[in-house]
Amino acid sequence: MFSLKEIRKTALISLWFVFLTFPIMVIKVDPIERIVRWRWDNALYVGLGIFFLRLFIEFLKEKNSIRQAAKTTEEKESLSKIHIIIANPKQRNILVGVLLCAASVFPFIFDTYQTNIMITALMYVVLGLGLNIVVGMAGLLDLGFVAFYAVGAYSYALLNYHFGLGFWAVLPIGGGLAAMAGILLGFPVLRLRGDYLAIVTLGFGEIIRLVLENWNEFSMGPSGISNIPRPGLFGLEMSLNGSILYLYYMMILFMIFTIFVVNRLQDSRLGRAWIALREDEIACQAMGIDKRKTKLVAFSLGAFWAGIVGVIFAAKTTFINPASFTFLESAIILSIVVLGGMGSIVGVIIGAFILILLPEYLRAFSEYRMLAFGAILVAMMVFRPQGLFSTIRRTYTFEKDK
Amino acid sequence: MTTPILKVTGLTMDFGGIRALNQLDLDVCAGEIVALIGPNGAGKTTFFNCVTGIYTPTKGDVILTPPGSSKGISLKGMKPNIVTQKGLARTFQNIRLFSKMTVLENVMIGRHCRTKAFILGAILRTKATRREEREILEMSYGLLEKVGLADFANEFAENLSYGAQRRLEIARALATEPLLLLLDEPAAGMNPQETLELDDLIKKIASEGQSILLIEHDMKLVMSLSDRIFVMDYGKKIAQGVPAEIRANPQVIKAYLGEEVDA
Amino acid sequence: MDYFIELLFSGLTRGSIYALIALGYTMVYGIIGLINFAHGEIYMIGAFTSFIVATVLSIYGFPLLAIVVIAGVAAAIWSSAYGYTIEKIAYKPLRHAPRLSPLISAIGMSIFLQNYVLLAQTSDFLPFPELIPDFDFMEPVAHIVGSSDLVILITTTIVMLILTFVIKFTRIGKAMRATAQDRTMAMLVGINVNNIISATFIIGSALAAIGGLLIASHIGQINFYIGFIAGIKAFTAAVLGGIGSIPGAVLGSLILGLTESFATGYVSSDYEDVFAFSLLVLILIFKPSGLLGKAETQKV
Repeated sequence: MFSLKEIRKTALISLWFVFLTFPIMVIKVDPIERIVRWRWDNALYVGLGIFFLRLFIEFLKEKNSIRQAAKTTEEKESLSKIHIIIANPKQRNILVGVLLCAASVFPFIFDTYQTNIMITALMYVVLGLGLNIVVGMAGLLDLGFVAFYAVGAYSYALLNYHFGLGFWAVLPIGGGLAAMAGILLGFPVLRLRGDYLAIVTLGFGEIIRLVLENWNEFSMGPSGISNIPRPGLFGLEMSLNGSILYLYYMMILFMIFTIFVVNRLQDSRLGRAWIALREDEIACQAMGIDKRKTKLVAFSLGAFWAGIVGVIFAAKTTFINPASFTFLESAIILSIVVLGGMGSIVGVIIGAFILILLPEYLRAFSEYRMLAFGAILVAMMVFRPQGLFSTIRRTYTFEKDK
Repeated sequence: MTTPILKVTGLTMDFGGIRALNQLDLDVCAGEIVALIGPNGAGKTTFFNCVTGIYTPTKGDVILTPPGSSKGISLKGMKPNIVTQKGLARTFQNIRLFSKMTVLENVMIGRHCRTKAFILGAILRTKATRREEREILEMSYGLLEKVGLADFANEFAENLSYGAQRRLEIARALATEPLLLLLDEPAAGMNPQETLELDDLIKKIASEGQSILLIEHDMKLVMSLSDRIFVMDYGKKIAQGVPAEIRANPQVIKAYLGEEVDA
Repeated sequence: MDYFIELLFSGLTRGSIYALIALGYTMVYGIIGLINFAHGEIYMIGAFTSFIVATVLSIYGFPLLAIVVIAGVAAAIWSSAYGYTIEKIAYKPLRHAPRLSPLISAIGMSIFLQNYVLLAQTSDFLPFPELIPDFDFMEPVAHIVGSSDLVILITTTIVMLILTFVIKFTRIGKAMRATAQDRTMAMLVGINVNNIISATFIIGSALAAIGGLLIASHIGQINFYIGFIAGIKAFTAAVLGGIGSIPGAVLGSLILGLTESFATGYVSSDYEDVFAFSLLVLILIFKPSGLLGKAETQKV
């Protein structure tokens, strides 16, 4: 299967990695006690790990090229199984029905803890779908998405603290404020080239967080705001479990609403303009599309969703502080979009579930979570830039000879 | 004589110290096919970029007069998308299609500036939006039929052959309902058969009253299509006239065709 | 007046460290047009490597000079190795991909490396051994200019001079400049572009490692997260000077270092990082080509 040459090359690469990771992986010093620990076993793990990883990748590559060569028509290759199911309205309806049933009985089968995790996952689905408008469809790499999430969360916390506004009143306000922040930031920065835009949004996200951390009079600084009320239901008093249940169903409905909206946007005049803008800005302008306005709409719509989820986040945890809104949060949401497939709604949903639920259930590995996210971003770009589920564009049928 | 649709006067464009366009005058009348020719680097594409708003010319003016209107609009300094909205649509020398969109969607993008559904319309799918979408679809499909790409409507644009991609660019530009269609080397890279088909296509479009300004290197195509020809070299206009005049103009032959070519 | 001079020197020290990191950003950007987001992590790994090596050597009782030299060399070697490997894994396969793909890959790499060090070492702040002693001859001015400030300034000046020499006069420097101007053309005249790109990463990483060693011994502590902030600040400096321009990176770094130093000295230190980020946002909005950079024009 593998030639000797290939094996030797792999062995050399493993040795290189053993060397590379030597100081960080093998040596551990305690500068206070002045002890050095030599963890030679780590060198062995790195060597073996890289050796088999590379063989595995080469194996996949080979398999892929054989499959590619064997394929006569290109057509079927791009359609994965999920796409085939979705393309068929009957099967799609069955699938959606089953999923809805499963979702609605979920809290009765599993305990509150599981339901809570599921709420978090649903929140990330919506965040992913929101960012997907910006990154996936319009092609604007927004690394400060978490800033808008923070705007939403702090809107609720502060408006409630100062004016006693309730969850439902703040929900649209939080979304609106975030969208406004999106417009305010987007107006000057959206004319920047893609990579600069990414860095500016990253800087903006960090500025918001640092301001929240330092401006004690406004945001109560690093200690955050606690005792944020959970969402109410017509003034009904609810037990903790009841309110979690309530939040869960609300999140399910909100996710369905988001999917509905994003799906409609995707195949609208606006959605087409976003995708065209992602593909070629100059051609887009030559077709009469107002570049700035179109980008601004995408940017602020994404921000709007982040803001709303921010409000929900504050209501769910009842406590927020700036530590919840670091760059890593933006990176997680970006990983969801990239893993699922930029621009693909199904992809983003599945991506969010994989990335949020897996680390929760594989507790033993949860400390490797961020490590995995980083690796996923790199691996997806290198091996499968279109994501797990590439976008399918809507097709139209016409009667011939009309 | 009627007022020309497009009237360019004294167009000058400097890049740093280099004068790419020098006092260029050009006009296109309604229903005409006008060609702009010149050796490589003469400044033809720069001219297009100045007219369509991608560059702002240093000096001179570009006036667009819609047929039937007595007042012209100056396009100078307008953004490219506004220029398109006012009625100039262009194709690109190095094809710029939206490769990850379908052929049909590419043409539908061209309808963007003539339609108006926005966020709410898209989400609620109101009656007006649905009607508009249907109109966009029908017109776009009609254009695909016209350029002979209807069978590929649902293919990704990047999967089309080179000649088909050029035709798709034309359909996309036509979808904006331009007063004047600007074609930047539409025959570049085409084989003789494709060029012949292009010749037919442009004639067909023109026969429906579409005014066209084209840049082209293929002399046979230019001579066959054009009502009038402008010739430029080193950013300056060196000749203008009907094809027969241009063919006989010694200055043109010298500058453009080279001396050894017998015209 | 003393306070002013103190701030001036601390600004210059800061600035010269930023410069060592900013050069890596600017060189890589000049050659492949990529914002190497993981560059801050290279610097962090340089600091960590020197920390580990220096601590081990000091535990085994090596003399100070030997510790400094060996730790510095080790940091440079390993950081370069990381830079080289990262380019091969995360950027080389994406050389013809859309512009944002390598950037996303770089962000992933950065997150990966941070957590790799976090898991393999620790999340705590670690005390960095004192490598630069207080010189006796600095005694009279020690309240204004520390010995480590002096060492940092001298070291960076020497390193910059060497770099300038390498880029201006050596074969590899010329090949680098040619590749930066026009990669295809460089390839056609027989330059091995892949090697040049690798060399750029190696040189940039080594510079960052020296920066890592210097700042770690200056501040006296390190952790896995130092690369992120330092990376963004150095990037700010590179953009301020005009990304792609080597003198620009140095100039931008000094300006950033001085302004930060004076702003925290005279105004408030709470918003130190906000200040750098805001500066970055403002430059990118109003003058994305920076002080010494060339404006990019898009070809139609």
